[in-house]
Amino acid sequence: MSEEIKNLIIEYVKKEYLEEDAEEEVNENTPLISSGIVDSFSMVSLKTFLEKKFNIKIPDDKATPEAFDTVTNILNLLKEYNVT
Amino acid sequence: MSNIGSYEERYAKFDWKISADELEYGKNGMFNIGYYCSDRIVEKGFGDRVGLIWQGFKGDVKKFTYNDIRIYSNVFAEFLGDIGIERGDRVCIFMDRIPELYMSFIGILKMGGITQPLFSAFGEEALFTRLEDAKTKAIITTRKHAGKIRRIRERLPDLQKVIVVDGVEQNLKPGEIAFNMEGSTPVEHFEIEKVGPEEASVLHYTSGTTGKPKGALHVHSSIIAQYLTAKWVLDITPEDIYWCTADPGWVTGTSYGIIGPWACGITQTVLDSGFNTEKWYQFIEQHKINVWYTAPTAIRLLMKDGTSVVQKYDVGSLRHLISVGEPLNAEGVIWSEQAFNKPFHDSYWQTETGAIVITNYPGMKVKPGSMGKPFPGITATVVDQKTFEPIATTGTVGLIALKPGWPSMFRAYWENKEMYDSKFKNGWYICGDRASIDSDGYFWFVGRDDDVINTGGHLVGPFEIESALLEHEAVAESAAVGKPDQVNMEVVKAFVALKPGYEANADLELSIMNFIRKKLSPLAMPQEIEFVDSLPKTRSGKIMRRLLRAKEWGQEIGDISTLEND
Repeated sequence: MSEEIKNLIIEYVKKEYLEEDAEEEVNENTPLISSGIVDSFSMVSLKTFLEKKFNIKIPDDKATPEAFDTVTNILNLLKEYNVT
Repeated sequence: MSNIGSYEERYAKFDWKISADELEYGKNGMFNIGYYCSDRIVEKGFGDRVGLIWQGFKGDVKKFTYNDIRIYSNVFAEFLGDIGIERGDRVCIFMDRIPELYMSFIGILKMGGITQPLFSAFGEEALFTRLEDAKTKAIITTRKHAGKIRRIRERLPDLQKVIVVDGVEQNLKPGEIAFNMEGSTPVEHFEIEKVGPEEASVLHYTSGTTGKPKGALHVHSSIIAQYLTAKWVLDITPEDIYWCTADPGWVTGTSYGIIGPWACGITQTVLDSGFNTEKWYQFIEQHKINVWYTAPTAIRLLMKDGTSVVQKYDVGSLRHLISVGEPLNAEGVIWSEQAFNKPFHDSYWQTETGAIVITNYPGMKVKPGSMGKPFPGITATVVDQKTFEPIATTGTVGLIALKPGWPSMFRAYWENKEMYDSKFKNGWYICGDRASIDSDGYFWFVGRDDDVINTGGHLVGPFEIESALLEHEAVAESAAVGKPDQVNMEVVKAFVALKPGYEANADLELSIMNFIRKKLSPLAMPQEIEFVDSLPKTRSGKIMRRLLRAKEWGQEIGDISTLEND
């Protein structure tokens, strides 16, 4: 399941935040926020995606730039909501 | 002792000639900003001084001396001339904060072009609107952002050249030019264009309540104000290491992220990275930054992580802290005293003013939450919003107004004289913000006087968002307003009425969010969407944003006698 969730998030990031012909590789350890792939304003749409997909509510104080900086960090955050 | 010394004495005896004389502005008929930010520093004997320390998000560092800046800006200037760019042409810079951005900015000015920096996170429609309006002739970009230009290029007949600074021929499209700054033959001598002091230099786009974004046009002599405010307000000295966190897509990133500090001949740093608390403190520690100019949004994000994170790093090099973009609340000032043992000094200005106009000065008492006092040479007051007469009573809220004539005042909105003229009333430039003045002469910000949304220190126009929303297949009508936000002061909230056959749900909300983010920018993306059956309108059919906004802020709704539906 975790592998499936990981791939789902990676695909979403690629589709929504990268240009079609982007040369950047995205894997579970690619920095998203600090690299600028996802900026702090766009984090809200990524958070909305996760909430919608997994039927959870992530409070603002948990949705920090650090918590969203890599897919691995996001997976760790999701574990708190029993999404594994 | 600070550079400004006694504020009162400076204000009482001031002439902009102080700045022009220090810069030797106009000597040998030279007025070009490009010269004052590079060649002049080298001629003064500081060619080996590092002018730019650049760090990428992976931690890679590049350093450029003033002689490097002189040569690389020459390389850009010569190249642009070679491909047919002429004096007065608009050349857009559209890239992340990489060294080529800074060098091309100076290069464009040196060859007499008008530099038009745009925020690299802009989506294609935001980009199109600004390039079309300015009739931009060339754009300098990177592969990462070239796709957005490709999708709109056919609609931009004036856009003749697309220059890709990390491009290699095989991955470019026809009509795009690959250019490698560091791989080009160094240009030791370039004949800098002898522009006049009133000749156009920088074109920054800014948003208003109605209509398309407007291009605020600045001139070369703006450097007189940018140099002296950098010296007196930012208090930078030649030995300082300075960090301005602003992106040059916005005016702070050019006036104080390029022109001011380089005219002063200091070392400035750039961190091309998204926000990360620990990375920011590491950056200060690593480069021993002395003077730090940042935004309340960033300060509030740092505050969220607490003072314990600061204590993990040696930030003792910091000597002077300044903030800009939106009012800095008293909590931010008090927190910075706890975290850094010194207060942030709030500064107030806008795209149109080109330089800081009201601010707190080193050595002057900071009243937490206040904007401070007018810069010497700036006559500022608050005026009545109907008569535009100065308000004599202290503490009474009015519109912030400035006497026209300071060197960095914008000289036009690009090809929009009517809009430009509308900003001047009764002999004052009206800033569009409300404030009061206390008995000590300190200004206190109250809010904007229009519907423009100030999110994270950036102005976003509701009209541009609403127009884009209507292009979404599901949206029948919409209104965009600012709603309170702990970090960004305001964020965009959209009220949306759907077309028949569409159902309000989380999927649609996400679809609309992403639609606006890609079309305009992440700043313009609604952070919340409220689906409504219909929007409140006046009897003449105009959507009453004021009412929606007041509701979000818990304010009195005011006169709704013209309301059509409630």
